[in-house]
Amino acid sequence: MSNGGQKLLSVTDLRVGFTTEDGRVQAVDGVSFDLAPGEVLAIVGESGSGKSVTAQTLIGLTRSPNTTIEGSVRLDGEELTELSEPELQRIRGSEIAMIFQDPMTSLNPVYTVGKQIVEAIRAHERSVGKAEGRAKAVELLDSVGIPDAERRVDDYPHEFSGGMRQRAMIAMGLTLEPTILIADEPTTALDVTIQAQILKLIQDLNRSRGLATILITHDLGVVAEVADRVLVMYAGRVVEEGTLEEIFYDPQHPYTWGLLGSLTRLDQPRPERLPQISGSPPSLLHLPKGCPFRPRCPHEFSKCSEYPGLEARLSDSPSHRDRCWLEPEAKRAKRQVEGRIGLEAPAS
Amino acid sequence: MSVEPSNPDLTDAAEPGPAGTAASSSGTGEGRGPWSLALRRLSRNWSALFALAVFLFIVIACLAAPLWANQVAETGPNETHPLEKLHVDGEVREVVEPSGAPIGPQWLEAGGKFFLGADGHLGRDEMVRLLYGGRASLFIGVTAALITTILAVVLGLLAGYFGGKTDALISRVMDVIWAFPVVLLGISLGVVLAVGGLKIGPIHISGSSLWIPTIIIGVVYTPYMARPLRGEILALREKEFVEASVAQGAGPLRIMFSELLPNLLSTIIVFFTLNIANNMLLEATLSFLGAGVQPPNSSWGTMISEGFDSLYSHPILTIIPGTMILLTVLSVNIFGDGLRDALDPKSKVRFEARSGTVEPEGTAV
Amino acid sequence: MLRFILRRLVGMVFVLFAISVLVFLIFNVVPATNPAQRIAGKNATPQLVKSVEEDLGFDKSLPEQYLTQMKLIFTGELESYTTAHENVDERILEGIPATFSLCIGAAIIWLSFGILFGYLSAIRAGKLTDRALTVLSLVGISMPVFWLASIFLYYLTFKVELFPASGYVKLTEDPMEWANHLILPWVTLAVLFIGFYSRVLRSSMLDVMNEDYVRTAKAKGLNNRRVMTRHVLRNSLIPIITLFGLDFGAVLGGGAIVTESIFNIEGVGLYAAEAIAKQDFPPIMAITIFGAFFIVLFNAIVDIAYAYLDPRIRLGTSAA
Repeated sequence: MSNGGQKLLSVTDLRVGFTTEDGRVQAVDGVSFDLAPGEVLAIVGESGSGKSVTAQTLIGLTRSPNTTIEGSVRLDGEELTELSEPELQRIRGSEIAMIFQDPMTSLNPVYTVGKQIVEAIRAHERSVGKAEGRAKAVELLDSVGIPDAERRVDDYPHEFSGGMRQRAMIAMGLTLEPTILIADEPTTALDVTIQAQILKLIQDLNRSRGLATILITHDLGVVAEVADRVLVMYAGRVVEEGTLEEIFYDPQHPYTWGLLGSLTRLDQPRPERLPQISGSPPSLLHLPKGCPFRPRCPHEFSKCSEYPGLEARLSDSPSHRDRCWLEPEAKRAKRQVEGRIGLEAPAS
Repeated sequence: MSVEPSNPDLTDAAEPGPAGTAASSSGTGEGRGPWSLALRRLSRNWSALFALAVFLFIVIACLAAPLWANQVAETGPNETHPLEKLHVDGEVREVVEPSGAPIGPQWLEAGGKFFLGADGHLGRDEMVRLLYGGRASLFIGVTAALITTILAVVLGLLAGYFGGKTDALISRVMDVIWAFPVVLLGISLGVVLAVGGLKIGPIHISGSSLWIPTIIIGVVYTPYMARPLRGEILALREKEFVEASVAQGAGPLRIMFSELLPNLLSTIIVFFTLNIANNMLLEATLSFLGAGVQPPNSSWGTMISEGFDSLYSHPILTIIPGTMILLTVLSVNIFGDGLRDALDPKSKVRFEARSGTVEPEGTAV
Repeated sequence: MLRFILRRLVGMVFVLFAISVLVFLIFNVVPATNPAQRIAGKNATPQLVKSVEEDLGFDKSLPEQYLTQMKLIFTGELESYTTAHENVDERILEGIPATFSLCIGAAIIWLSFGILFGYLSAIRAGKLTDRALTVLSLVGISMPVFWLASIFLYYLTFKVELFPASGYVKLTEDPMEWANHLILPWVTLAVLFIGFYSRVLRSSMLDVMNEDYVRTAKAKGLNNRRVMTRHVLRNSLIPIITLFGLDFGAVLGGGAIVTESIFNIEGVGLYAAEAIAKQDFPPIMAITIFGAFFIVLFNAIVDIAYAYLDPRIRLGTSAA
């Protein structure tokens, strides 16, 4: 679990901007967080909140002439944003592994799964021979729970089921025993039953290998299963962060209430209609003045025209920070909707 | 010469146009229609605009051929001047020397007469022939593109809309034509029709008519446009707005013309443009081989063919009409490229790919 | 896999049949003139017209005409009537070595340079290299072949005598001269395709660069060159292979007519060009059919090669 001083990865005031045809888009706007060894950090938000861009920027995948990256990403004290491309290539896969949302499209259809794993090994350890690499691939596939790995290693990705492909992706990520795994929506494209298996696998790896994990998701249900700490992102900024307990039992930001309210929970009676957050995320090209959640927030008041800083607003939990002007007492009252946490529908 | 049977430029353009995407996504340009967005993109593409200007200049010059012929050169495209002499600054120049060698370019020295010289022992004015030949080449290029477009749209709509047996029949026929080398098909038709002309019902087109190569070229390229259109229609057919229209009791014609066609418009425009370029090249090839434009008509292709016989003594007679074809086709291709970039919503993706940017947030949620 | 090949071959036979019918119709039914008269030539005697009528079966029903003519073509008995009963199939066979020499050489050139330019253009997308190559490839596809050939002939064989002007030397006679005579024709024929292929490859690579598996490859820590070659280029080559099969078939099957006739290479194309000039129909008909057959054959080969290149197709069909 989260243990204070020790930091593996430290992100400070990360800002990522894209120049597009229609103007400059600030996809990530001042995100900071630390990751401790063995910790599972979840970054939660809707599509367009900047969570995937944040994750991909960590290993330099968003670099391009049209991208401006500011701020700092430190891995064991080494500044990643200043590394050259070849130096980053050394980090990718060996220190930080990343797996992606859609296992259907994330593996190259023209190579066997085994070949793609061997390729990952040989990208970092030239001395590894083909046979040795293959043996390692079999071992890895076996370790992520692929049955009959000795035979399946020579299969093509399309011969694997979705869940197996995601396992293969994870196996590929583990080849060089990285210290950090970034999982970008690892379960979104999978069936519910498979989702649970993959999450279990990630959790097992986290426990058995002490693999620090950044889990990117839009689904708080996924977060509840595995995360130690949670970052909630909206329109490129962190709007709330805290431990799993803090976020789930004492959420401070109305957007978090909305996310929680739209969860189906087994421990509470199911509401008649699953509430959704009304409206859609703002266009990053035309952000509203002040709090960007304002147009969708039923609790909006005069102060919201100013954007609040990310601060600890509860005296008893300094690690729990949020960006909402409402008083903690007011929040506790307003977030109760039909006997559970949620965001009321707008008055109109 | 091979006019590629598998024209990637054409197949490449077979993506849903802006009208199609307008329905599915609000896009980035809020408040602006897809067409004005395309126009804005095009207006920023200076090379495409320059190409368009070059093409229009060539078209206008060729349309003004009679003006040049009557006012400046004072001769027609088929008028021969084997014995005529030019008086330039008191000097006498023979249009055709006794040896049979034609006069070279006079530029404006003879008041515009024989601007590019004469075309051979017949002493015809090369410039006048070039302008008139351009009319034929451009006529065939544009008209054949129109024929292709009409045929392809009708066949594509029928096959894509009705599906089933209609689709199977049309598609199989298209497959067979597709398997044909374009040049060979054009040549075969050109050769047989040049002899006896074409009879369609009561209409009889003589073998030397410009319409023969025009129709041939128009037909030969039809599958290359009909196939991708059919594919696009099949995809559109599944869209909600078409189903809604069906549910409201709209008939097939109504759906085809008021629902499907507008969504195909941008693809059609791009195809049409690129088609003009390909048509002009095919016309030149056929004419060069003698299976295209027939005497007494002439086109840039036939001019090259005639000039080729005296390539070593008068290379200009081959190179000038060839350069005109190159310039025209190149300008159409560049403009067509710009048009596609402007109309094709995927060009935005390409723009990002160009710089290696990952799309901000995938398709999550 | 075997079933896939078999199915493809059956499809091929069907298309071949359809093509032969189409060619038959074009030459015998579409024109508004008497076919026997046309085939016998402008100055034919009534006896010659009569013998054409009998040989090609114009006095019988259309299906019988079709069968008679196809039998003549495929048994090698078709004759040209305007040139003293010359055997058409023999002339075609004689031309094949020259045509193959021209087409294979040109294909090697256009494939290598097309892929090279397309690759460079894609990895330098938006930069100066890319812009220059894009303009060059547009010029390439906009250039009439005979224009380029004329310029080559005039400047490189006449003004500066760098290459022999024309003609074909058999490979078996003198390999050096064979190549020397073919360099200009090879380049002439290849230019158009170099332009096309580099454009197709560029756009295909730019599409593939956006694929998730390319991102995976980068995330694995592969260096840029490996990502580009092993993942982007490898997957972008599939459309190029398809194009190549079609185009190579088309060039063999008559697409090299202009090049052959300008450079005076005694191949099938030159024979076709001569026949066109003389309005001698039997050779044109036979060459059209054989040409179309080449294209269909290469289409089938491409489909099969495609299945090897893309395991999804290969295994998908064998399981089905």
